[in-house]
Amino acid sequence: MNRIINDPDLVVEDAVRGYLKAHRDLVRPTTNPRVIRHHLAPQQGKVGVVTGGGSGHEPAFLGYVGDGMIDAVAIGEIFSSPTAKSFHDAFVAADGGRGVACLYGNYAGDNMNVKLAVKKAASHDLTVKTVVANDDVPSAPKSERDKRRGVAGEILMWKVGGARAAEGADLDEVIASAQKAIDATRSIGIGLSPCIIPAVGKPNFSIENGMMEVGIGHHGEPGVEVAPVRPAKEMADLMLDHILPDLPFGRGDDLAVLVSGLGATPVMELYILYDRLSEVLEDRGMTVVHPFIGNYFTSLEMMGVTLTVMRLDGELARLVGAPARSVGLTRIPS
Amino acid sequence: MTGIPLAAAGGLVVELIETINANRAHLSEIDGAIGDGDHGINMSKGFTQAGAALGDPPPPLPDALRVLSDTLFEGIGGSMGPLYGSLFSAMADTLDGAEILDGPLYGRMIRAGLDGVEEIGSAKPGDKTLLDSLAPAVDAFDAAQAEGRSFAESLDAMTLAAERGRDATRDMIAKVGRAARLGERSRGALDAGASSCCLILGTLACGVKKRLA
Repeated sequence: MNRIINDPDLVVEDAVRGYLKAHRDLVRPTTNPRVIRHHLAPQQGKVGVVTGGGSGHEPAFLGYVGDGMIDAVAIGEIFSSPTAKSFHDAFVAADGGRGVACLYGNYAGDNMNVKLAVKKAASHDLTVKTVVANDDVPSAPKSERDKRRGVAGEILMWKVGGARAAEGADLDEVIASAQKAIDATRSIGIGLSPCIIPAVGKPNFSIENGMMEVGIGHHGEPGVEVAPVRPAKEMADLMLDHILPDLPFGRGDDLAVLVSGLGATPVMELYILYDRLSEVLEDRGMTVVHPFIGNYFTSLEMMGVTLTVMRLDGELARLVGAPARSVGLTRIPS
Repeated sequence: MTGIPLAAAGGLVVELIETINANRAHLSEIDGAIGDGDHGINMSKGFTQAGAALGDPPPPLPDALRVLSDTLFEGIGGSMGPLYGSLFSAMADTLDGAEILDGPLYGRMIRAGLDGVEEIGSAKPGDKTLLDSLAPAVDAFDAAQAEGRSFAESLDAMTLAAERGRDATRDMIAKVGRAARLGERSRGALDAGASSCCLILGTLACGVKKRLA
């Protein structure tokens, strides 16, 4: 595997240093090398919005620190939750005196570290409330939604929570909007090739050439079906068949649709997929109000794609469309 | 001798660090079968940091365990940071104020460690996690003590139960953590957490026995 790295054990440290140098207009370091804050954070009188997660998903998670988005982020090892200390330090970096909303994904390590960090924050009189994303439909049946992973739908949750905090909402209001956002969101991924953790040096799972793994997770967690690769049109239909009945989505719904590459798939192919997605959705009487196409939430160099669909009401449409500026997502209302 | 002075037992933690580092590749190999193959790498990273923080000679056992716990909480994250951080932190708390580590205190120490892991995690025995070596090991130690067996014999019973518990994870289906997503496909591989926990318990038992002799 040819890579642009120095030491496989230090890829996160090295990348974060480069990121900080590249984006001085948006972010600042903190005393914790695994925590980055918005250049203005903490902003007095504003609810702080924090997320965190393993590395290897760039631009998630650090790429969403910015205006109208995330105030501070905790950065973990490759595919591994940040420490409780990093989550706690991110809370402190984001707290402008009105509490902190921690919006993160449903993984065992993240759940434990956030729980420890929230407990520690409480002992220092810092109020933190959480929303855990569980938008990945194939990862558990609907009856066990609390077991589902959080995937690219997290981005729309951060967008909504960040916009609500920027409007001046209080902590409970930010939490309620972020919860509503993730409750209205469903995702699915298709993997076309494995990824390799740099320090491990070899893939820990395989996808045969010519095959696709439907429902794959962001760390290569196996999906629900392994099938021969089909044309983009059929992939689009298959993904919609999995997620549309789950909410369910239907005629008359306004939608946000986010199509993210998993790291190695050309953006051109994402547009090929979106062409069909948009056609089917409109044929079924739905309107895509906010499309997002690009590499939003990746899995190192995995080939493949994730589809995320959010059903919008007036509030969610406003918050998803609100102004934002970050490396991963910028919104300039027209 | 029925116990060891805690003040002179900080080296037990040094031995734990050596064991984890020696098994870095082995643990990652096991993890690679059903996880993402970085268990040994991350554990070794955290334990090595703890080694640097311990100093030479290491402090008394309760302090040394606390250094290890704090370093894992602050240094490794993932699932293993909170789980092992809680294990060693609860163990350290149990030892506070004591001078001699004897059988009954050792029993309370590892029971508290088990409680700490169960409190932070969401797994139960049988879910294919480190609990599957830790829980039977704690029970076996208690049972041996209740039967009136010596400290050393109780440690042997604990080690054997930990090894059996680790081996039993091979036939389990993972219920929590990343491997849980594999369902039936997780069967047939050892759990990496149960394997590292077994190494930790075995090293503790060896180290205590060596000091009892």
